[in-house]
Amino acid sequence: MKILTCPLNGPRNIAEFTYGGQVKPMPNPSEATDQEWAHYVFYGDNHIGVVREWWMHTPSSYWFIVERHNQTDEVIRTYDPAELFDVGASPAAEPTGADS
Amino acid sequence: MPFSLLKFGLNKDYPFEQIADLPGPTDLKSHYDVVIIGGGGHGVATAYYLAKYHGITNIAVLEKAYLGGGNTARNTAVIRSNYLTSAGVRFYTESVKLYERLSNEFDFNIMYSQRGQLTLAHTDATVRAFRQRAEVNKHFGGRTELIDRQAVGDLVPSLNLDPAGLPILAGLWHLDGATARHDAVAWGYAKGATQRGVELHQLTEVTRVDIEAGRVTGVQTNRGKVSCGCVVQAVSGLSADVSKMAGFPLPIVAYPLQAMVTQPVKPFLDPHVSSSALHCYVHQTSRGEIVIGGGSDPYPLYGTRSTLELKEGLIASAVEMFPFMSEMRLMRQWAGITDMTSDYSPIMGLSPVENYYLDAGWGTWGFKATPICGVTMAELVASGGKVPDLITPFSLDRFDAFRQVNEMGATAASH
Repeated sequence: MKILTCPLNGPRNIAEFTYGGQVKPMPNPSEATDQEWAHYVFYGDNHIGVVREWWMHTPSSYWFIVERHNQTDEVIRTYDPAELFDVGASPAAEPTGADS
Repeated sequence: MPFSLLKFGLNKDYPFEQIADLPGPTDLKSHYDVVIIGGGGHGVATAYYLAKYHGITNIAVLEKAYLGGGNTARNTAVIRSNYLTSAGVRFYTESVKLYERLSNEFDFNIMYSQRGQLTLAHTDATVRAFRQRAEVNKHFGGRTELIDRQAVGDLVPSLNLDPAGLPILAGLWHLDGATARHDAVAWGYAKGATQRGVELHQLTEVTRVDIEAGRVTGVQTNRGKVSCGCVVQAVSGLSADVSKMAGFPLPIVAYPLQAMVTQPVKPFLDPHVSSSALHCYVHQTSRGEIVIGGGSDPYPLYGTRSTLELKEGLIASAVEMFPFMSEMRLMRQWAGITDMTSDYSPIMGLSPVENYYLDAGWGTWGFKATPICGVTMAELVASGGKVPDLITPFSLDRFDAFRQVNEMGATAASH
């Protein structure tokens, strides 16, 4: 079984987690064109390499960030989203460290 | 006889003339009218129909490994057309019709076996969805009907009608459901294509796509450079990575799909049985092995590793359906990489590069579409970019226009 280290709950069986999609900067919904919005919704960084993703520890409903290599399945790092996002700001805030 | 046998054993040359199915390797030419990236079922089928119906034979199929060695070899070989959307059903129904006569056409046995496919409904909502699927399928010429619980039991006597506390209410009985030997499909197309002059280059990896003023002019490979009139990309599993070489992204996420077979046993199961709620399907091969498969993995990966969780889940569901299978042993497992799109439909047709044609986005529905993909992609290439009606709903620009096909009849889709 594969172990994923939750920043809140420590190392747990990966079956306890839910994948939540890639971390990608959201355009402002009221200003984005349809095409920009479509691009945000349907496209992502789908090339072989390290990707930054949302994961949730299902029993505790805790969302966090995982950096993972999408071919070797090696988890590079897991951390609290506060590292990327200003948690006090509005939900549409851009992630500060996102590079995609 | 023993003497002549001994003579043959000591002879350096085989005493009978052998006709190879495929010609031996040759050098790459400097120019081809059509370069097809990917020597899987779809790639060689496209080459076959181009040569057969359109008289275009100056074609190179470039395959980085071996013929049909990627996802063509890794699917569970199910052929069916009982999807949900008009676009999907129309397309897959044509594919089923082509499959039915493929062995004759090739003069090569693809072991096509029309044993029917039974999908089980455990909720009222699924029964309603099945009723719609049956009607859509009938409308487009497929043979599908809704049958009740008792008829399900009569059809598959070994099936537990109350698996995992989810009583079976009804079944979607698809008489056109079939299986075929997936390798043989690739071999048959490759044989037919190369006999007509198509070149199949194995161990030839495309490393760069040359584009000038929005048009493909050629490709670089590990065996040198070739120029070409147009390119067809048919590399499901790695579609997004290859399209990156041509300079555009694809709305595809790669997920592994795991499957397994048990040890062979005596024949007990004629149809292919699939449960919408247990996310598991089962059929018995002509060798007697039980193939067990289901949906894609829970998170994306460009890898074909196996996981204990998927095996546990699938086997638990399979044993719920056929309890006596708990005594059987697993013989083999494998995984393929599926090109998942958000609407469970392929991406076929034109791309942002003018003469670069796409055959991508084959999630859990690629093998069954092989013949019709070959026919439609060949038509597209031969007409210089006029998209055949059958595949216009699957264009890449549907995502920008929010015109998804929403194929909820796909195996990976939850019903």
